[in-house]
Amino acid sequence: MPHDAQSQSREVVDRQNILVRATSHHMFWPIVALVVLLVLCQVMSPGFLAVTFTDGHFFGQLVDILRTAATPALLGLGMALVIATGGVDLSVGAVMAISLSLSLTFLRGSSSPDSVGTVAVAVLLGLVVALVIGAFNGFLVVGLKIQPFIATMILMVAGRGIAMLVTKAQITTVTSPPFKWLGSGFVLGIPTPVIIALVVFVALTVLTRWTAFGMLLESVGINAEASRLAGVPSRTLVWSTYIICGLLAGLAGIVYGAPTMAADANNIGLMKEMDAIMCVVLGGTRMSGGKFYLSGTLVGAVILTTIERAVIVFHLPSQTAPLFKAIVVIAVVVAQSSRFRDWAQERRLRRQAGSDSIPAEKVIV
Amino acid sequence: MIEAVPKDAPPLVAMHDITVTFPGVKALSGVDFRLFPGEVHALMGENGAGKSTLIKALTGVHHLTRGSITLDGKPIQFRSTAEAQAAGIATVYQEVNLCANLSIAENVMLGHEVHRGPFVHWRATQARAAEYLQRLHLAVDPRAQLGSLTIASQQLCAIARALVLDAKVLILDEPTSSLDQQEVAELFDVIREIRDSGVAILFVSHFLNQVYEISDRMTVLRNGQLVGERMTADLPRRELISMMLGRSGEALAAIEGEARTRTEEDRETPLFLSARDVGRRGSVQPFSLDIRRSEVLGLAGLLGSGRTEVARLLCGADRADSGEVDVDGQKVTLADPLTALKHKIVYSTEDRKRDGIVGDLSIRENIALALQARRGVLRPLSRTELDAIVEKFMVALDVHPNNPDMLIRNLSGGNQQKVLLARWLATDPTLLILDEPTRGIDIGTKAEIQRLVTQLADDGRCVVFISSELEEVMRVANRVAVMCDRAKIGELENGPSVGVDAVLEEIGRASEVKTDAA
Repeated sequence: MPHDAQSQSREVVDRQNILVRATSHHMFWPIVALVVLLVLCQVMSPGFLAVTFTDGHFFGQLVDILRTAATPALLGLGMALVIATGGVDLSVGAVMAISLSLSLTFLRGSSSPDSVGTVAVAVLLGLVVALVIGAFNGFLVVGLKIQPFIATMILMVAGRGIAMLVTKAQITTVTSPPFKWLGSGFVLGIPTPVIIALVVFVALTVLTRWTAFGMLLESVGINAEASRLAGVPSRTLVWSTYIICGLLAGLAGIVYGAPTMAADANNIGLMKEMDAIMCVVLGGTRMSGGKFYLSGTLVGAVILTTIERAVIVFHLPSQTAPLFKAIVVIAVVVAQSSRFRDWAQERRLRRQAGSDSIPAEKVIV
Repeated sequence: MIEAVPKDAPPLVAMHDITVTFPGVKALSGVDFRLFPGEVHALMGENGAGKSTLIKALTGVHHLTRGSITLDGKPIQFRSTAEAQAAGIATVYQEVNLCANLSIAENVMLGHEVHRGPFVHWRATQARAAEYLQRLHLAVDPRAQLGSLTIASQQLCAIARALVLDAKVLILDEPTSSLDQQEVAELFDVIREIRDSGVAILFVSHFLNQVYEISDRMTVLRNGQLVGERMTADLPRRELISMMLGRSGEALAAIEGEARTRTEEDRETPLFLSARDVGRRGSVQPFSLDIRRSEVLGLAGLLGSGRTEVARLLCGADRADSGEVDVDGQKVTLADPLTALKHKIVYSTEDRKRDGIVGDLSIRENIALALQARRGVLRPLSRTELDAIVEKFMVALDVHPNNPDMLIRNLSGGNQQKVLLARWLATDPTLLILDEPTRGIDIGTKAEIQRLVTQLADDGRCVVFISSELEEVMRVANRVAVMCDRAKIGELENGPSVGVDAVLEEIGRASEVKTDAA
């Protein structure tokens, strides 16, 4: 083979390698799905992507999407850790209702719901209870060795009842500007929920990737017994994921309910556990446990929220949103599946074999 | 024996010029393989030689890049294992591939149940299953759960399943790796009967003795290429090994090595661990054991004799319910593996796949795991520290391929074992408990691991070495603790005059005493 042709063919191979590596990256298909969705929305409703800056705040559909995405993002980030261990937490929706009900009931009973201090206490109360619930879930799973699905289903069902008890089956409403700010305010022109979600994301990334927490968690999720024999404190690790997940569900409840300041224990967080699981799966994490992707989960949350918005843009009844969510989830999950990747690779190989077979140098089985 | 296969008879299976390519890797190149009816054909080669790839090419798991296969003279190209099964090629894998929680009859007859109208006629199905089991001399109740059987009987059930499929070709992939001697003998009787009924049997095993005992013909592979096809009777062992390894006689002599001897002064090495009456109900009877530095202690005994149970108590995998353990003269409670790890005791499991590797993590992460666990979650190893450790052990243990980012599940068995050894060595242990460290891996790696064990002892560490192969135990151990029926029955100082027979005698005596008492 002449020298030129050889280097040329190597270039082709390199380019293909980059393509292969890009398409097999866990973020590739979720981002493709998101971009396609956004472009479709822009086509259907020109100006969809426009963001304006007035009165020191950003406004626009995109900003709204990000604000709304904060709730599923917070749920999904906690859920990703639980799923990494091979578990699942179905109680997050109910926990949202409990923490919001508690916070609002406390605010209503207090003499000064307007003061920042009272709001801080109210929020703290909601979060502490959410954390305790997470610890309880962890106890069921780790201490009593109940299957996570069943263990967390207990509070998924009972949790809403607890929230009803707290609110005495009334829709609790309060007026408290500092509390409302948590859901509809701005920090540096950016909606507060977005900032909260980002802070949580950064904190979790630091916790999982700057320490050994993430790797050990994945190890437990892939092979629990091998990890135990290697000295990994798997009980503590698994337990802590349920605590984090519960805490973040509590935070999500407060952020979600803050704009309206109404605690409707029957409807807050309804079916949100499924949204959270969808975010995690869209982000490339497998339900069987093991490798987890926090950044992918964030993208998943934005995709889900964009679909909800797109349904409105396309003038479809909002009840059809779950259908489109399902379609996108299927498309992304199929594209990420190893079978699809094998199939694509085989096709590529066959095409290569047709033009010029590349000699294999190494022999491994 | 050989006359049973006339030379001019056409082969049942003929594979010609088989080439299988994985992305960037040629796993098999231009391999020819023939399988005759009524013969046991052993497929030999080291790990990574291409044995399993060839089997998978035959059974439709892998697609051929080049080459052709004929069955009974007709060209075939299977697209799935189901097609291969339908054509009469059945495979029994190393790990039993059945459903432990279904009944024996259901497992054996799966997909071939006797029907009455649209319903399964269970009683007839069970009767049919019993017939097949009878042919294999397996007297069990077909209604019992499969999981209640021993591994050996489960293995036989898997073979019964192949008979149900009316297989013309039976592939046995490491069927004996978890059987004891008696069970192997029974399995071989069954294999011979099936062979004499005209079935072609493809046999894969790392145990040379067994291969010589059962096979009529051998095909040797090395590095994805055919080295040769020979009649077993015409192929001396030494030549087979050199075909497999591609090494000279001198190198082979070094591998075979010699028994470890030691002088009087060696016995005075300091005591590291001392167990007194340590036991666990339902697992192993109380035993006492001293482990000294610079010593390799062998644990000998049959499968199920309590070897692994002793190891699990010493490493904290199971909690003892009686007795005391001193480590370096201090009384300790080995409550869990992490505690043992902190006392510099590590345990390498016999079940690499289930309790050893973390498949979806990289080689690097697998090596780091135990060290990281001991340092604690919040004190991660820095990338430079970790790279240095990984580099050091991958070179020292010669892990292939030398790419720490590769997922461990893509490595061959021998290399997985090396990575696991690296995981434990990275924690700088004083006591290594190695449970079947050489099971299912090739001769070359086996010798490397044996050499490593003696070297570790020379460095002042202690090693507890467990193996079903007594020869291997006698080769590396200074002292041997003999186990029988979940109890420690004696201890032998190893030496030139002590051999495998001494251990067998000890076991024999113990079981006689037990029979007398009963």
